[in-house]
Amino acid sequence: MSERITITETSVPGLPIGVKLRFDKQRDQWVILAPERLFVLDTIALEIVKRCDGKASVAEIVNDLAETFQAPRDVILKDVGALLQDLADKRILAA
Amino acid sequence: MSELGFPLAILAELTHRCPLQCPYCSNPLALEASSAELSTEQWKAVIKEAADLGVLQIHFSGGEPTARRDLEELIAASAAEGLYTNLITAGVLLNKERLAALAQAGLDHVQLSFQDSEAAGCDRIGNYKGGFEKKLDCARWVKEIGLPLTLNMVVHRQNLEHLEEMMALAERLEAQRVEIAHVQYYGWAYLNRASLMPTRAQLERATEIVEAARERLKGIMVIDYVVPDYYARRPKSCMGGWGRQFLNISPAGKVLPCHAAESITTLTFDRVSERSLRDIWENSEAFKAYRGSDWMPEPCRSCERKEIDWGGCRCQAFALTGEAGNVDPACAKSPLHAAMQALATSESGKEAQSFHYRTRKAGEQAAEKMPEPLG
Repeated sequence: MSERITITETSVPGLPIGVKLRFDKQRDQWVILAPERLFVLDTIALEIVKRCDGKASVAEIVNDLAETFQAPRDVILKDVGALLQDLADKRILAA
Repeated sequence: MSELGFPLAILAELTHRCPLQCPYCSNPLALEASSAELSTEQWKAVIKEAADLGVLQIHFSGGEPTARRDLEELIAASAAEGLYTNLITAGVLLNKERLAALAQAGLDHVQLSFQDSEAAGCDRIGNYKGGFEKKLDCARWVKEIGLPLTLNMVVHRQNLEHLEEMMALAERLEAQRVEIAHVQYYGWAYLNRASLMPTRAQLERATEIVEAARERLKGIMVIDYVVPDYYARRPKSCMGGWGRQFLNISPAGKVLPCHAAESITTLTFDRVSERSLRDIWENSEAFKAYRGSDWMPEPCRSCERKEIDWGGCRCQAFALTGEAGNVDPACAKSPLHAAMQALATSESGKEAQSFHYRTRKAGEQAAEKMPEPLG
């Protein structure tokens, strides 16, 4: 039986099989498609999720976002951690 | 209706053929013959049209969708359009090779039904001997192939005592998601209502079990729970409102606002072979009949919840009052609400009768056996 994922800075997040990131051109928005679920991503969530490629660690993703958006690392870490933990609990993120 | 968007997901009921005969099947009592089914090319045209209109997900259902030999082709056509594809199946017609072929064609997710947690109940409710063992095989193959698995479990008076075992089965089969859905009483389920209606105590216990499991399985298994409304105070927001978010295409190509809509015999439904999907969605009489709130009677019209529950369920209003535009008796503001609750209490206290199983013949003879409307 699988166990609940706990997101830490060393986690390497990615989208599992059966979960897809897609641009919805008719509605001009990015969405995650999952079993019987559809999540519309806002700009911030999209920046985070598109970096979840199954290669970069959470620490690396946070560093990249802090650099790109010139924002404090600790604030970004908190937001990223919370979002990824929520996605993992919904079973739409693997790590 | 300038804000009316096209649905994000559609339900494609490919066929009404099914090896199982569940007494709460969501198909209409009048089952379509295989000769009336849309062709492969017609379905592919519908898939293309739906994707162009902004549909993102397609659910292949039935009957039993794997009874269609062109399922691989329809999944591939959907995947080519970028649609997320979901297979809703009883699992008993599949073998591992076919499942692998469906996955190869681009299938994203499998929803597998179980009628009970053990063979005796499962095979009796579906009226299909050996079904339970085949479903276990199917679940194992889905995992071996690497597809995500949801178990669908419809619950009612005759299996609710096994709800904890049903959850345990889902855990054991490593489903990542489970749907526990209380029977909703239309069509076949309405015909079999007296044998299926849970007691209020069963319902309360079931809700406790689901809440405890959600806590225990957080991050491991997603649990969706659909409650029955005969004991409710407020109606459900059925389909998120008639003709607002959802459409269903029947095996013969009729476009429906929900899978039970054909039970409203005063409506006629347009077909994909005659009008475009967009035209049907936006302009057909059946979709316009109960869309929004202009059709509503009092007390719905002046209710502060009218754009929350959209007046509840039209099929239920039709079945229980004889008029689809009446107040859904599930609402405490309906004059028939007390009678509906009394009916649920009375029927759930009876000895279970034998089922009217879902067969073409039983469907043809159902009219004379249907329970009377209230009041």
